[in-house]
Amino acid sequence: MHLPDSKCIRASCVQYRLVIRDVNTLQILQLYTCLDQIQYIEWSSDSLFILCAMYKRGIVQVWSLEQPDWHCKIDEGSAGLVASCWSPDGRHILNTTEFHLRITVWSLCTKSVSYIKYPKACQQGIAFTKDGRYMALAERRDCKDFISLFVCSDWQLLRHFDTETQDLFGIEWAPNGCVLAVWDTCLEYKILLYSLDGRLLSTYRAYEWSLGIKSIAWSPSSQFLAIGSYDEKVRILNHVTWKKITEFEHPATITNPKTIVYKEVEKSPSVDAERLSFPPRALASSLFSTQSKYDISQVPVSLQYVKPIADRANPKIGIGMLAFSTDNCFLATRNDNIPNAVWIWDIQKLKLFVVLEQLCAIQSFQWDPRQPRLAICTGNSKVYLWSPAGCVSVQVPMEGDFQILSLCWHSSGDSVALLSKENFCVCYLEREEVK
Amino acid sequence: MGDWKTVTVPVLSSDSKNIFQYTSEKKMSPPSLNTQVLRLPLPSSKSMHTFFSAFCTEENIEQSISYLNRELTTLGFPSIYAESKGKELNLISVINCMNELLVLQHKNLRAQEEVEMQHLKLGSDMDHLQNCYAKLKEQLELSKREIVGLQERDRQLQSKNRSLHQLLKNEKDEVQKLQNIISSRATQYNHDMKRKEREYNKLKERLHQLVMNKKDKKIAMDVLNYVGRADGKRGAWRTDKTEARNEEEMYKALLNDYEQRQKQLLMENAELKKVLQQMKKEIISLLPPQKQKPKERSEDGPVLSDLEEDTGELNKENMWELSCETVREQLTNSIRKQWRMLKNHVEKLDNQVSRVHSGALNDKDVISREDHELETEKLELEIQQCKEMIKTQQQLLQQQLMSPCDDDTTLLLQDCYLLEERERLQEEWRLFREQKKNFEKERRNFTEAAIRLGLERKAFEEDRGAWLKQQFLSMTTDYKHSENMTTASAFLGSSDQDNRLMNSTSQQRKPHCTLSIPIPAEPCQTSQCISHNSSDAASKKPAGDKKPNQWEESDKEETE
Repeated sequence: MHLPDSKCIRASCVQYRLVIRDVNTLQILQLYTCLDQIQYIEWSSDSLFILCAMYKRGIVQVWSLEQPDWHCKIDEGSAGLVASCWSPDGRHILNTTEFHLRITVWSLCTKSVSYIKYPKACQQGIAFTKDGRYMALAERRDCKDFISLFVCSDWQLLRHFDTETQDLFGIEWAPNGCVLAVWDTCLEYKILLYSLDGRLLSTYRAYEWSLGIKSIAWSPSSQFLAIGSYDEKVRILNHVTWKKITEFEHPATITNPKTIVYKEVEKSPSVDAERLSFPPRALASSLFSTQSKYDISQVPVSLQYVKPIADRANPKIGIGMLAFSTDNCFLATRNDNIPNAVWIWDIQKLKLFVVLEQLCAIQSFQWDPRQPRLAICTGNSKVYLWSPAGCVSVQVPMEGDFQILSLCWHSSGDSVALLSKENFCVCYLEREEVK
Repeated sequence: MGDWKTVTVPVLSSDSKNIFQYTSEKKMSPPSLNTQVLRLPLPSSKSMHTFFSAFCTEENIEQSISYLNRELTTLGFPSIYAESKGKELNLISVINCMNELLVLQHKNLRAQEEVEMQHLKLGSDMDHLQNCYAKLKEQLELSKREIVGLQERDRQLQSKNRSLHQLLKNEKDEVQKLQNIISSRATQYNHDMKRKEREYNKLKERLHQLVMNKKDKKIAMDVLNYVGRADGKRGAWRTDKTEARNEEEMYKALLNDYEQRQKQLLMENAELKKVLQQMKKEIISLLPPQKQKPKERSEDGPVLSDLEEDTGELNKENMWELSCETVREQLTNSIRKQWRMLKNHVEKLDNQVSRVHSGALNDKDVISREDHELETEKLELEIQQCKEMIKTQQQLLQQQLMSPCDDDTTLLLQDCYLLEERERLQEEWRLFREQKKNFEKERRNFTEAAIRLGLERKAFEEDRGAWLKQQFLSMTTDYKHSENMTTASAFLGSSDQDNRLMNSTSQQRKPHCTLSIPIPAEPCQTSQCISHNSSDAASKKPAGDKKPNQWEESDKEETE
């Protein structure tokens, strides 16, 4: 069940059927049938085409919105398919074959094929700049990591350089498209910053021996780079000196009285529909508790701490989720040791601002693309919204079980799609009239 | 132990003749600390009785008397015999001896009491000292034991400390060892990983070859029709030119980004410099003026002058040109200097305040808090009063300004007031002018009168002289009537003048007589004449006018 969407159209796939709906009315506009169970769908950048990848069969099918009769099928055959994505110009499809043998670039304009050898078998091996002009690809040859920079317009290899990593784990462009962050496997805490022309700008290592980087996030202005690591801390680097400016800790006990802690509290079952309510002016009156789903807990607060199993790989500790808000003012993090809490940091003051303590473990959260508003889902049938004005828990009015596993904002910030395993629902947010 | 054995003699009844005595056998060992209270108990009469009979009985009276006499004489008392070696007792001496003995006994008793008291005191003192000694000994024991205990504990703690140090060292060594182990294992794993990876790569290559070789027909793209490019342009060949262009574009993008960042940083820098300059100015203004002691002045003097120079320099220069390192350093150094000075100043003030709080007001410059508060209250009251005054004045002023524009009646009223005032003023002016005229007239009259007075005085003097002369002459003429003619001729000759004089004088005399004798009535007559004159001389010169006027005035004055 995947649900990307473009400006006004929402696509969802069910098994082997691709359903295209209008975002505002959820009316079915188109219906396509694919050859096999769809694993992945993606809109092209101009929202005219949509690709459906079926990894088991090794087939990618492309559908057009303008011409429903138009069809395209790319078969990788025995090479297999592990990943597939669009290029930023919306006319090329990059398929990663099985075992990461190669990346095949199929062009829809010229029907030509290019191959890129030795791609790196890692989570984030391909990264496109925000403006879509350049692509960075991680490669590995002879037990060494390399980065190749391509110009997306004509696939010219611009730069090719090696990185000083043991085992590259991921790459990510800064939003301004001039700096590429490359980080190493979790056995080594090392992050390298390369400029667009391939020069190494800086290296940052926080400590040795312990498990290292778990996740990173660029701030939307490219000013900050937040690095979440297995030692339950987030370190923020600044773009001028690429040195750490602060560290955010995630202890299990919160003692600072200036932090607001919202605790999700079960209301009495006698009430039919749990009402929505805001703790009014929560910032000013932390002692004023209202009868809401969210209660403000008095500091010091002790959060639920989960001790990870010591002798397993990929332990559930450290900062697993990091996200900057679009206005660059807040950073939301989740410490996997304390899976029920979302920590929201004020970037302007570099201090902990709010902690949201939920009843269940956080599944995912995402910031509104327009405002500093965070939507959180925890695997139950409620979606939680936080903004500096307060927070609210919204019950999805649905019969039966609806376990929200992920959510996705619309690019206009007016609606958010909530996905469960089998179903999805769209939550529309009314915008207040500003007079 | 002092044992006191008393052998008491029973006291006889009041028979003065019988001699009673008692001896007390005292066995006293050297005084010791633990003496008991000793007292000589008063013997009861019975025992005394038996005791008395023991010494002297009817048989040995003389012997006892002689014995007594011997004892008394040895003690220094006079003999009790009437004469020496007689058998007659001297009663008086006996009585005296008895009295002396009694007195002696009393004295001895008192001394004994005193001694006993002192004995008791000393005994208690000794007890007390013994107690103290015992307590101190106990305390000493306790402290010694404590010391021993503490020393023991100290030893234990030191040994614990040593053992902990040792443990710490061991732990550190272990940590180091483990780290070494980890690093060696890591290298081993890396090596193994690389080996495995190479194997894997070989497999991949093999697979790739197989896949490529198979030439699977399936690997193909099946497209209905070609899709145009997103931007509508046609596809272009990849040439060197395009490659160069791509490079160029990449560098352009990078440079753009750097330029933007630099712009932002410049702006930030400029703002910060502005802020620093402002701060510097404010710090300079906050610093106290040179009211300080000469020592400090000498210290601050050169510094301040330096600072002033700095400010002058830096203010002259343009903000945007302040980018070179030396200038930057100058700015920051000057701000640091001034900040230090400000800090010192604030610390000084803090000290002063703390001194005031503690009450040590030695410094004359320091005002006590209460005085300060009183002053501030007074000043505040003054300020309030002034403000109120200003307000009321403003209000009145506004009324003044505003009201004419608003109301016609008030305008008219104001006009009326003005007219009234004007008329009043005119009247007063008229009066004033009249008075002025009158005053002028009076002045003129006065001067005329003064002149006339002078003239008349002169005339009067002449008249007097003439009259005296005439008198004399009359006397002489009466005496020398016969010689009148001759003399008269002489007189006539000269008396022409005289006659003239006489005539004049007579003429004048008449008026003079009329003038001189009835003085009160004169003025009226003269005034009549003068008024007559004035009436005639109406057309005379004003100088002439003045006189009658003056006279009139004087008349007026005199009548008044």
